[in-house]
Amino acid sequence: MRRHAEQLDEVSDVTDGPVLSIEHLKVTFATDTGDVKAVDDVSLTVAPAEIVAIVGESGSGKTVTAKTILGLLPETAISSGAVLISGNNVISVTPRHLRQIRGQEVAMVFQEPSTALNPVFTVGWQIAEGLRAHGKVSKKAARARAIEALGKVGIPEPEKRVDYYPHQLSGGQKQRVVIAAALALNPGLIVADEPTTALDVTVQAEILELLRDCRDIFGTSIVLITHNMGVVADLADRVVVMYQGDVVEEADAITLFASPKQDYTRKLLAAVPHLGRNSASAGLTERAHQDSEVLVQARDLVIEYPGRLGTPAFRAVDSVNFSISAGEVFGLVGESGSGKTTIGRAIAGLNKTTGGSLKVLGYEMLNFRERSFRPLRKEIGFVFQDPAASFNPQLSIGECVAEPILIHEDRSPADVDKRVAELLEAVQLPKSYADRYPHELSGGQRQRASLARALALNPKLLIADEPTSALDVSVQAKVLELFKEIQAEFGFAALFISHDLAVVDILSHWVGVLYKGKMVEQGIGSEVMGRPQDDYTKRLIASLPVPDPAEQAKRREAHRALLLS
Amino acid sequence: MSRKDGSLIQRLPVISHLRKSVGLQRGMLVTGLIISALFLLTAALAPLISPYGFAQHFDTQQPPSSAHLWGTTSGGYDVLSRVVWGTQTAVLVIVVAVILSIFLGVALGLVSGYIGGWLDRILVVIADAIYAFPTLLLAIVMSIAISQGRSSMLGGIMAAAISITVVFIPQYFRVIRAETIRLKAEPFVESAMVVGASSVRIMARHIYKNATRTLPLIFTLNASEAILTLAGLGFLGFGIEPSSAAEWGYDLNKALSDTTAGIWWTGVFPGAAIVLTVLGLTLVGESMNDLNDPRLRGRRRAGKTAPTATAGPTANSTPENEVTV
Repeated sequence: MRRHAEQLDEVSDVTDGPVLSIEHLKVTFATDTGDVKAVDDVSLTVAPAEIVAIVGESGSGKTVTAKTILGLLPETAISSGAVLISGNNVISVTPRHLRQIRGQEVAMVFQEPSTALNPVFTVGWQIAEGLRAHGKVSKKAARARAIEALGKVGIPEPEKRVDYYPHQLSGGQKQRVVIAAALALNPGLIVADEPTTALDVTVQAEILELLRDCRDIFGTSIVLITHNMGVVADLADRVVVMYQGDVVEEADAITLFASPKQDYTRKLLAAVPHLGRNSASAGLTERAHQDSEVLVQARDLVIEYPGRLGTPAFRAVDSVNFSISAGEVFGLVGESGSGKTTIGRAIAGLNKTTGGSLKVLGYEMLNFRERSFRPLRKEIGFVFQDPAASFNPQLSIGECVAEPILIHEDRSPADVDKRVAELLEAVQLPKSYADRYPHELSGGQRQRASLARALALNPKLLIADEPTSALDVSVQAKVLELFKEIQAEFGFAALFISHDLAVVDILSHWVGVLYKGKMVEQGIGSEVMGRPQDDYTKRLIASLPVPDPAEQAKRREAHRALLLS
Repeated sequence: MSRKDGSLIQRLPVISHLRKSVGLQRGMLVTGLIISALFLLTAALAPLISPYGFAQHFDTQQPPSSAHLWGTTSGGYDVLSRVVWGTQTAVLVIVVAVILSIFLGVALGLVSGYIGGWLDRILVVIADAIYAFPTLLLAIVMSIAISQGRSSMLGGIMAAAISITVVFIPQYFRVIRAETIRLKAEPFVESAMVVGASSVRIMARHIYKNATRTLPLIFTLNASEAILTLAGLGFLGFGIEPSSAAEWGYDLNKALSDTTAGIWWTGVFPGAAIVLTVLGLTLVGESMNDLNDPRLRGRRRAGKTAPTATAGPTANSTPENEVTV
């Protein structure tokens, strides 16, 4: 043990070389259907105080690469090549030596801060755990260092917060604690696997700021794994683009965004929605479709979830007013917990309203009865967030799409098949896909099929709840385009719910911004995005990173100024 | 079409498990399958295999000989024939008990989980109450209530099966109810609701098939428990009359007094039959349980043919380039 420690000290004195260098890394997983190559010959280096972003779509091998750096791969994986951290090959060192490296040389920040922290220990204890694992520390000293670490990551009143349990902190604060634990031993390298994906945009901006400080103040190198090009543009010095286990392109951030060399990178960047470009409402001066029939009308709408015994009810939606006319696309934006999904579900009759008035196709939802509402259901289509979960895995795609037709219309089987084929064609799926099962389709194809099912009865109103947030950017771009085309062709009204401002802007004519259950602002999409009036909307838009490093640097300054004012 | 058929056969419970298994787990599964197959085969071919009828009388307590390979009992029955015919009784009881409890348990579980409310609460309380009783005690009470203790072959089998059913319904009920509650919140069930499907349609078309995937597993585990309960009932004297059917538990009971007299053959063979059958079924059930869980399932090592990579140019690199992490 001591020999290893000495060896480590010796090696970590050498500071001029790269902190991390990966050479010809290959990772293969054993699965039921044979071996799967997750990473195929990846080489990259990270210099001291450098932030390197590994970007790629799902299945590109970016997370596997990150896990290899800490030796966190499951037993079913076999890796070859070399991952050198300060001269030690993580792949071939002994488990004991690996434990020495972890924490001291390299630490990890996880995607979901609420699951990365153990709920039954205080945050102080969890930060000190790393200290205890690397040498004897007295209780007092460990506590002092935990407080210091919490202070470093900008948690107010660290002396008090050190005794808090994870559930007493907000999501952003939890992620700060995770970063504090990673920083506790002052490692030269932090691996951050999608560190802001689970967080809201406004919180994301704060965490990105903190990660930048880690580099600037403590000289920590960061390997940033993400699929969000905005985050990359905001934070990264250098970018490595991965595709199907291979490095496609590697360049510094400004060059990569300005002049991508490879086709794949170009396609990927083109698919990223960019706030302010390609707006559906560009050029509009007044609300479209104002004189057509009003399909949904909410007046002082209140939706409460009953609290547990003794606790008051939770008000998810608080006196909200809006209307959706026939043919109009209404975009509803908000962060998690803003009540946007609750409103969408209430319109579809999946949630009960508790106050005010919500009229859907003339039906007052306050006195909702499934029996009397059922005939109206054929006028409403619903597209769910997760296309994988919204199909019955036991039924073929054709059967799933035919389901609404079978329930509401009396057609012959041949007629139903014909209609299903028509629908699949409308969403640009080959009609032979009717015989396939949901798991045999890709995410984008499933979401198309989901759209086909929602359109099966030619509804007047379509509710789409985050329909693209489970998809990769390039797939998202295609689905959004399809959605736009079909909406223009069929002319249905739509309620488009999303947390992503840029995505909402691409589709919606009229946008409403929700914050903590209240509608803080609504207006023409390009107006709201371009000249926000409400303070919250201003903050929301300013904190959204755009996929362009130069522009993002300017926006960052503006955001800082906004926060200070 | 043929692609679909092929995948359907490969997706059948036991076959798919066999394909997935490796090493020790495969050994356990195959052993279990062989024992269970032997058990079923013996039951099906009992009239051909057994030398005599199960109720035929001979001289009592004869040691194994060429006329009676496994000897005779104190009641004058041929042990081999009793053991062979006993498999038939066991299979019948398992089939009747499991079918009855699956149908009732699944139906109640679906309704209770999907509709919820007071109906759900009452059913859960009843199921819990039944669960709290010792299995065998409940079975005894049921068998007395159904057949006043002992009866004909069909009556006896039904009595045993129904008493086992009552014990098993809560198990199926609980599993299906839990699955139903989980599935009720799944987007695909919600999407059926949004489309306007009726509750019956949602339960029958969308939840039922997805909720019953764990049933083959409970079935095999329960089948072995059913045999034990049946044998327990017979041993305690609440089973089937020896003249109406062969039953291992009854034979064991009668063999009890023989042990002190040094007559081993009356007890060993029916006992071994029980142990082997239960072992076989449990092996199948347990290995299916492990194989269903990807975390417990053993896998072949990856990259047996993977090319060795170039060694890292470092002083620290070890001779072996390929190391599992």
